[in-house]
Amino acid sequence: MSSVRFRLNGVETEVGADPDRSLLDVLRGTLGMTGPHFGCGANECGACNVLVGDHAVAACDTPLWSVADKDVTTPEGLGNAQAPHPLQRAFIAEQALQCGYCVSGILISAAALLKRNPTPTSDDVKAALDRNLCRCGSHNRMVRAVLRAAAEMAAR
Amino acid sequence: MTERAPSPAPKLPVSLAANPVLSSWVQFSRDGQVTVSPGKVEIGQGIVTALAQIAADELDVDIGRVQMVRASTSASPNEGVTSGSLSVQQSGRAIRQACAEVRQIFLHAASDRLGVGIDALAVEDGTISGPGNVRTSYWELAEQVSLDRDATLGAVPKASTRRILAGNSVQRLDIPDKVFAQPRFIHDTPLPGMLHGRVLRSELSAAKLTALSEDGARAVAGLVAIVRDGNFVGVISETENGALDALKALRKGATWSSDARLPDEDQLAAFLKAQPSEPTVIDTRTASTTRAAVRTIRRQYTRPYIAHASIAPSCAIAQWTAEDRVHVWTHSQGVYLLRADLALVLKLPVENITVEHMEGAGCYGHNAADDVALDAVLLAKAAQRRPVRVQWSREDEMSHAPFGAAMAIEIEADLDAQNEIVNWRHSIWSNGHAARPGRAASPALLAGTELANPFPRTISTNPPQANGGGADRNSIPLYDFPSWRIESHRLLTMPIRTSALRTLGAQGNVFAIECFLDELAAERGEDPVDFRLRHLSDERAKDVIRVAAKRAKWKPDKQAGKGYGLGFARYKNAGAYCAVIAEVEGAEDISVRRLTIAVDVGEAINPDGVINQIEGGAIQATSWVLKERVRFDRQRITSTTWGAYPILRFSEVPDVQVELIQRPDSDPLGAGEAAHGPVTAAIANAVFDALGVRVRNLPITRDSLIAAMESTS
Repeated sequence: MSSVRFRLNGVETEVGADPDRSLLDVLRGTLGMTGPHFGCGANECGACNVLVGDHAVAACDTPLWSVADKDVTTPEGLGNAQAPHPLQRAFIAEQALQCGYCVSGILISAAALLKRNPTPTSDDVKAALDRNLCRCGSHNRMVRAVLRAAAEMAAR
Repeated sequence: MTERAPSPAPKLPVSLAANPVLSSWVQFSRDGQVTVSPGKVEIGQGIVTALAQIAADELDVDIGRVQMVRASTSASPNEGVTSGSLSVQQSGRAIRQACAEVRQIFLHAASDRLGVGIDALAVEDGTISGPGNVRTSYWELAEQVSLDRDATLGAVPKASTRRILAGNSVQRLDIPDKVFAQPRFIHDTPLPGMLHGRVLRSELSAAKLTALSEDGARAVAGLVAIVRDGNFVGVISETENGALDALKALRKGATWSSDARLPDEDQLAAFLKAQPSEPTVIDTRTASTTRAAVRTIRRQYTRPYIAHASIAPSCAIAQWTAEDRVHVWTHSQGVYLLRADLALVLKLPVENITVEHMEGAGCYGHNAADDVALDAVLLAKAAQRRPVRVQWSREDEMSHAPFGAAMAIEIEADLDAQNEIVNWRHSIWSNGHAARPGRAASPALLAGTELANPFPRTISTNPPQANGGGADRNSIPLYDFPSWRIESHRLLTMPIRTSALRTLGAQGNVFAIECFLDELAAERGEDPVDFRLRHLSDERAKDVIRVAAKRAKWKPDKQAGKGYGLGFARYKNAGAYCAVIAEVEGAEDISVRRLTIAVDVGEAINPDGVINQIEGGAIQATSWVLKERVRFDRQRITSTTWGAYPILRFSEVPDVQVELIQRPDSDPLGAGEAAHGPVTAAIANAVFDALGVRVRNLPITRDSLIAAMESTS
């Protein structure tokens, strides 16, 4: 079996797996990284989004081979309770979720937005999150949280 | 605004009466923790936090010491199902009462130990102290005080003014894990030695498996077993990927047939009215004096089948620990009820089955959570005592899980010469709105209908009005009409599987009532707010309408292409009050710009939690109204992807303003379902205000707008 090398949350990683397997299956199954969530398997909901380089992509629709030698960031790689990403801090401050299943993918889409546009407007945030589905109706809180994180990052 | 003095509870709260042993609710450990064990479960609504607040307040401990235990049939109080916006009412009241009594018991024990009268003792963060610096604590006394005794109503909970946490927006306990992607969902929680299962289901409704070649699946690496029992067939694999590959191969080898005949999706009202049904008179009121009716206006409203459409496909884990003992991990809303149905299918005593809750994604009612649990149990039989995790596909989630029932609602009003309502008739045709497990002699779980010795498909029924009703929920007007007759026709056939979806029939009934009222107000040339206030006598009802109207500056001046509409209801006529003013914009495609909402849930334990629930309910209802409709042909559900079943996206979400009317001395009421009906009606009324078109068939889409224009022209 061939293997693919990439950097996962900053750590050099080598996976011996069929390169055509989906990145989501490799992350969750082989590597036990359960932050990216399965939602539809068809790149229609955003629950499994990860960063490849600076771009948010649906891991369910990304073959393993395509991330060779690239940086892959999962929600676990954004930050943790000891060293939270400003987005994570803002989502807690705004209590910006209900069930939270979609949140990991939304944090990733938002992180990608803030990399390319550190001072987004509310409409920019909505556009950036438009491919992420939320069923609980926490959208407005999430938009506020992303704007809060952007403001915090700008103030640094 | 009216205030109601707190009155001592005359009897134990229902959940405590059903589970009176105090230790089943509350236990202290020597290391300074208190565990609180509710029978209700977290489904993303924040209930665990609200219940922790109540316990911490009543016991006088820091909320950080409160450990909330997930519901399990091995130990938890049996509180039935987590549904109907009842968890604060039921579990909250039970925990408040139980904790008050527990505190009292410990004060007695402390009084004995310290030689100080009870009235001289104070509790602060679990430390009990008295004059002369004498002190002990819950933790120190934990081993000598037994809580294995029944609640007696021997203590009165604190007055609202003495509560510290209730009424405050404490941050939710579960949110950090979810934001930091720490495993919390059942989907993310592998067990040692866990295998992966998948069940093969046809896209056809009620399909029969007429031929099956297993060769392809047997060749897939990692396959552990193929399990077949009649039309139920699935695979178990060492890996999730292996299970998916085996399932794909098995699908190629399967031949299905079906005799099912689904209705014409474009003729829902005609279908619903033509089916054999069981009529029930829900309520009648007869006027003492009768004014003469001079004319009658009749309108028909419909709503389609609506999918729960959780973002997460349903998931469960099962492990047989002995030949006749099984442990199940599930995101079901009712662990005891699921256990009862599993026992029926497995023909085992309930004691042999342990059902333990783990968090899933939001379910919004009875989705496939229970079905997948039976799937896992059946597959795990072939797993040699190893746990098996089963997850549904997106397509199965959108086609084989129960849907919220389609409804046809006809309302007639007899009007006198001044266009005042003298008589009101409301008739509903719909499948029942509940087919939850654990309530009948036959199981309600999907795989049960697929076995070689199948159980019949449970035809959904309606809870009684005393419990809020089903199809008839919110069909009895809150308005002071002189006479009325409300009847409901429950279908006795069920070609499309239905069960509880958030609000049951309330969304449809409130839509119909509130839109019809707008039409009647228009007949009189009367303002819709004034018209409603004139027909209401409940001051709390009037308050939410007044507050929403004031906040929305009702009624803003007319602008081309914009419209404003009002909707109001008291959920189940006994729960939260909610009034909504919608602002919409558009011509061919409607967008909802703003929802201004006033809500009264009595005592709001966690105000931000209430607002979060109302906002979420409002946005979900907007999605239902503008987008959602389960699609099908005559043999199968066809809306099985997000492309075919679109829901509201970020760019389409309205601004939502919520004003909470605080009533700390009134009983707390749930908020999760209060907004859906009023939002639905407010949007439809705003569409009329903007375009002069009455859309009476949901959803409000370009197509339904055109159809409504054609039917009025």
